[in-house]
Formats: sequence, structure tokens, C-alpha cells
Amino acid sequence: MVAGEGVGVNWLIDFFGDPANWSGPDGIPVRLLEHLQFSALSLLLAVLIALPLGLWIGHTGKGALFAVLSANAARALPTLGLLVLIVLLMGVGTDIPVLIPLVALAVPPILVNTYEGIRGVDPELRDAAYGMGLRGGQVLGRVLVPVALPLILLGLRIAAIQVVSTATVAAYVGLGGLGRFIIDGLATKDFPRTIGGAVLVALLALAVQLGFTFIQRLVVSPGVSERQAVR
Amino acid sequence: MHEEPLVRWDWIGRNWPNIQVLLEDHVVMSLVPIVVGLLVALPLGLACVRWRWLYQPTVGVMNVVYSLPSLAVFIVLIPVTGLATRTTVMIPLTFYAMAVLIPAVVDGLTAVPDHVRQSAVAMGFTPLRRLLRVELPIAVPVVLAGLRVAAVSSISLVSVGALVGRGGLGYLFIDGWQRQFYTPIIVGIVLVVLLAAVADMLLVLAQRLLTPWSRARGSA
Amino acid sequence: MITFDGVTKRYADGTVAVDHLSLEVPTGEITVFVGPSGCGKTTSLRMINRMIDATEGRILLDGVDVKTIDPPTLRRGIGYVIQQAGLFPHRKIVDNVATVPHLLGWDRKKARDRAMELLERVGLDLKLADRYPFQLSGGQQQRVGVARALAADPPVLLMDEPFSAVDPIVRASLQEELLRLQAELNKTIVFVTHDIDEAVKLGDRVAVLRVGGHLAQLDAPSTLLARPADDFVREFLGRDRGIRRLSFVTDEGVRLRTDLTVPASAEISSVRDTAEPWLAVVDEENRPLGWVSVKDLPESGTLADARPAPYGTFVRGRDSLRAALDATLLSPSRSAIAVDDSGRVEGVATREALDEALDKVAGGAGA
Repeated sequence: MVAGEGVGVNWLIDFFGDPANWSGPDGIPVRLLEHLQFSALSLLLAVLIALPLGLWIGHTGKGALFAVLSANAARALPTLGLLVLIVLLMGVGTDIPVLIPLVALAVPPILVNTYEGIRGVDPELRDAAYGMGLRGGQVLGRVLVPVALPLILLGLRIAAIQVVSTATVAAYVGLGGLGRFIIDGLATKDFPRTIGGAVLVALLALAVQLGFTFIQRLVVSPGVSERQAVR
Repeated sequence: MHEEPLVRWDWIGRNWPNIQVLLEDHVVMSLVPIVVGLLVALPLGLACVRWRWLYQPTVGVMNVVYSLPSLAVFIVLIPVTGLATRTTVMIPLTFYAMAVLIPAVVDGLTAVPDHVRQSAVAMGFTPLRRLLRVELPIAVPVVLAGLRVAAVSSISLVSVGALVGRGGLGYLFIDGWQRQFYTPIIVGIVLVVLLAAVADMLLVLAQRLLTPWSRARGSA
Repeated sequence: MITFDGVTKRYADGTVAVDHLSLEVPTGEITVFVGPSGCGKTTSLRMINRMIDATEGRILLDGVDVKTIDPPTLRRGIGYVIQQAGLFPHRKIVDNVATVPHLLGWDRKKARDRAMELLERVGLDLKLADRYPFQLSGGQQQRVGVARALAADPPVLLMDEPFSAVDPIVRASLQEELLRLQAELNKTIVFVTHDIDEAVKLGDRVAVLRVGGHLAQLDAPSTLLARPADDFVREFLGRDRGIRRLSFVTDEGVRLRTDLTVPASAEISSVRDTAEPWLAVVDEENRPLGWVSVKDLPESGTLADARPAPYGTFVRGRDSLRAALDATLLSPSRSAIAVDDSGRVEGVATREALDEALDKVAGGAGA
């Protein structure tokens, strides 16, 4: 076992120490950028679909069952199966077919957390907001969203991690990005490449996690997170 | 491309014995992590309730673990546990299950209303009996809700293991992809979702049996 | 003035929350809606600012049917205070108070100055202005809730069980605060509570509602206590109605005797022959020191050498008959010492004098 770990570390040194891996179309910077671009695009599309829908469901209470069921379904659906099926059905060649399952899997966590966040706001607060003369949109924008922000951000974080992770698997159906190192390495029995790719993906996921923690600190009111106000 | 039907039933019939083997493999690889995860999460969760300072760091670590893409972790484990072994897939899944279950155990135990805890103390329950007779039963619904999430995720994640040679029903996705053949893929998806649904239903049933007092509230 | 004109609220399932309610809430007074749960008091209140719309009938705000006003516009002109204060957790206290001024488009500085002024007015430490609601106690939050409702200086204030979630001591101080504020501001206040004591304490007029949304009685608290309209109101008012009613009777009808006070410097020998069993001893500034029993006085010396017994006082012209009665129970002499605002003795109300005053009240009640 210890020998195995030693081999793993040597492989990492091989991979990251090779200057060839840091340049060209199959270099780490390019693959990282591909991964980031594709993940960001998927997340953006998912946000555009899920956020308004989740706000609407949470604010009106309509379609709540749909939100919950979609979250359960997304958890049960095997990502790899979904990827190969949709790409096979839509045709190989462009990256568009890959976008569909990525977006589809990122929508439910955003949707359900936004909905739960808005719905979970103390009814007294909603009452007070309307009672003071805020209009529907103002109640949503100035009161419900700021108070529900921690949960909404949690949904976004889960979705972002999901996208980064699924985009890695999607290398199997031809997508670029860091998953390429893993899939190509496995195919050619180039283990340094495979392990190197895996470490890069893990680091990216951690960076995303960290980024969201930072965003949370930045945008959530101390009054909501109940941190002592810094004065 | 010639007209290919989405599902070829004759293929299913001919390959049923193989599918059964994959199904069994899938069940084992998703079940073991849930059970082990629960067995580890219970004492860890209890420790986090007993010593509150443990909770934040534990949850922090678990959050990090949960954010690691499964494929990446499978790969990193290969040098240690080997290519195409069950262990390579089951170890990460165990950690994912723990990441879901530890907060559930802690939430469940802290959800015990203070007056209930106090009255148990007042009635002379020893700490251990109080835990077994009062606190754990009240925590059961929350823990089971976490278990449902962990079970469904675990079942669906096993299939990613196919990319490192051991993914239960996930093999059908690889097979279908390589032969440009829909039937195995669809069979795989349907069986994984069915398996998740069955596990979910069993856990709901378990909750009904274990906590008859909360039956009126139903389940979400 | 707020006018309820045959107002009915019927829900889709047929439940009638409020049934043909007609009453008037006079300008500048506190009108309390009180009743058991299910009597439609909160529903009635919420129909004023259209949080709920009436099924039938009209509610007029200074002659204008509220249904003709767009709800948000209507609500910005009406202060609204609810049970848990309902403060926005994501905004600092000062910003919470400035909510409506912001909505009305006041500039930032003016809104903030106004908010600070109000926080001071409701008795809050200005250091709290930059805190968040979770950092305040329940009582403090409720004060902020009142300040927020007053921010845009609305003529009308709706208060829906605002003090029922705080402990009794804090509640009492919030009630005092409200009465003090109202004495300065003269708002038209509708106050909903299920607590009859709170209703009687705060209301200029009290509307007792019964389950199903019927008005049982609308009267001043003293009238309510003296002449409950029916058994329901009598029962709802509860025990000790007679004693509680005395809170609303001034002490001015109580005859005072001025011949029972003696200065502490007086010689004992000079008072020994009086027919009175008890005398009230006062100091050189005419402040009460206590009662002395004439037969237990020492042989010689001044009254300052006697050990005075406890006494009770009431402020003449300001306290109620109830306070006067209470004061007699604190004295072994069974008489109460009447003092002026600065604590100087004006005279003594004997038990006979109080009996006369109580006779007059009981006669007036017709009971």
C-alpha cells in the first residue's frame, strides 16, 4: 500500500514536472480554461433557468412538488448514463449535446434550494413587508431574497460542484477540459497523466468550494448569517 | 445511420444473466458504503453533539470531501486499492455517505426538544439509557432522511466507477457507448433509477415502522 | 377616523371571521379590539390596511373607502406593528426604521435622521442603531417595531398583539411607553390583544368581540367594567371586575381630614388626650413619617421618639380610587395618606371617607 502511494507521488512528479504538459492544445492551462469555460457556461444556463423558476415557485407556492421531485430525480439519475445516451441521441461532434445533461443536472439543486430558501422565510417577515407597503416585487427583491441568500448560494454551490464533476466525466464522450487527462491517460495506460488530471480536477473543485465560501461572506448580510457586525 | 429502435427487447432477454450479475455488483457496491457510512457517522455524530467544538471542523472536512468529483477520487485511489476493484469505488462512496449522514445525525440529536431531554434526566435515565431510549428514537426521522439522500446518491454514483473498470450497471453505459447501441444504456438508466426508488421506498417504510408516532406527519 | 360599515369577512370555505361589524375608531384615540381566539379581531385590523379584503361592507379612512386605494400606497400611510416585530434580519436597526421613508423616496440623510430621532423617542440606546435585529432582545426589537411603524409619521397605527411575545415586566414597560408616546403624538391607534387587562390599561375605548366576529360591546374601559353588556362580556372581563373598575374612578370624591396629622416635633403630652386612636406623623417639610398609635405612645418626649408604623399614600388628584384603597390596606390605621405631586401631605382619607366614595361608585354602576 505504501509502495502504491509512493508510485502515485512519483507519477504526479512525472506529470507536473514535464514542461510539455504546460503548453499546447493539450496542456494544463488550455484544458483548465476549457473546463472553466464549459462549466461556467453550463452553470450560467442552469442559473438562468432555475433561479427565476425557484423564486417564482417559492414566492407563489405553485409547483413546489415539481421542484422537490426534480431534485430527487436529478440525484437518482446516473450522470454517465445520461451523458452517453443524450450524446448518442443528439450526435457526436459538437459540444452542444453535452451541455444538455450538464445543465439538466445543475438546475434541480438551484431550483430546490431557491424555492426552499424563499418558502422558509418567516411568514411574519413577509407580513411585515407587505404591511409596510412594499409591492410584491419589492418584497421578493428587498426582503425574501436577501434573507434566503444563504440557501440560494448553497444551491448554486452544489450545482457548480456538480457541473465541474460532470464535465470531468463528460470527457468520456469527447468533451475537452481536465477530464481529458483522466480519460486519455486511462485509454493509453498513461497513469501519470490520469492521476495528474484527477488531482487537477480535485483542486478545481476545492477552489470552487472556497470561492463560494468567500462569496457567501461577501454578499450575505451579517444580520442573516448572525455574525457579529464588524464595526 | 439505419433505423435503430431505442430498446431491443431481445437483447435484454439474451443478456439478462449478465445484467443480473451487474445488478448484484451494483447493489453490493452501493449498499456497503451506506452501511459503513452510517456505522461511522453515528459515533462521530454523537461525539460532535457531546463535544460541540468538534462539529465545525468535522462538517468543514466533510464539505470538502463531498465537493471532490467522484471520478477524480476513484483515480487517485487506484495506486492504493487497484484498478477495477470494488474497494476503489466503495471507499469514496463511504465518505460521501458520511458527509451526508454526520450532519443528519447531529441535526437529529440536537432536534430533541430540551424539555424532553430534561424530563428524561428528571425521571432518572442514565446518560446511556437516555441516548438509546429517548434521544436516538427522536433523531431517527432526521437520520433516515439523510440516509435516503445518501442511498440514492450512492446508487447513482456507483455507475461512474465503470470508467475505472468497476461500476456495476455503469458497465452498460460503456458497452452502449462503444457499440453506439441504445438498449444497454437505457436498461442501465432504468435499473439505476429503479434501484434508487426501491431503496428510497424501503427507507420510507423503515421510518414508518421505526417511528410510528410520526406517521401522521407523512413524508416529503 | 376609521369607520367600519357593515363589514363582513367570509372565507371560501364558508367560515365567517367577521360578521356585519359596524363601529367607529375616533381620531387621536386608542381603540382596542379584544376577544378570545377566533373572534375576528386580527382579521378586522388587517382589513383596515387591506392585508385582507372585506367580503361585504366598507371601511372608511377619514371618509375614503380603503378599497379605492392601491394597497401598497394605503399601507405606506398606516403604521403596522406585529407580534414578533417582524424586523428585517438583513438590515441594520436604523435601516429597518427607515424602510417606509425610503419607500416614500425621502433622501438618505433625512430618512436616517428621522430614524435616529424615532429610536430615541421609543427609548432605545442609539448605540443599537447600527446593530442587526438578532443582536437585540425581544423587548428592544418590539420598540424598534414601533419606531419603524412611526417612521413616516402616519396618522394611523395598527398594532396586532404587539406585546404578547415578551415577558410580563417588559410588556408592562412597553405599555407605559406606548401611553407616553400616545400622549405626545395623538395617533389614531387600533390595538388588537387577547389580554383584557392590556385592553383596559391601554384603550380609550375597548371593543369586545365574540367568536364569529360579532361586536359584543364597545365602550370606555370604566363603563365596560361597570356595565358589561351581557354574560359573555362579564365572563370575559373575568374576576375582580369591581376592584379593577376602581382604577378608572378618580380620588377626587374622597373627603380628606386635615386634623389627623401632627408634626414629629410635637410633645407627646399635647396629643395624649385626643379621641383618635391613630395619628399621622409628618416631618418639618410636611412629608409623611408613619402612623403612631396614641395608646402605645411613650410616657414623655416628642412624637419623634415614637416608633412610627408603616403607611400607604396616594397622589391626590392623580391616582385612582383603587390606589387610595390599596394605600389603606398598607396602614395599620386603615387610613390612607393623601400627598401632592411633591410628596407633601394634603390630608388623610379615613375608612369612612373611602366607604362614602365607594358608595357613590356602586350607586353609579347600578349594581
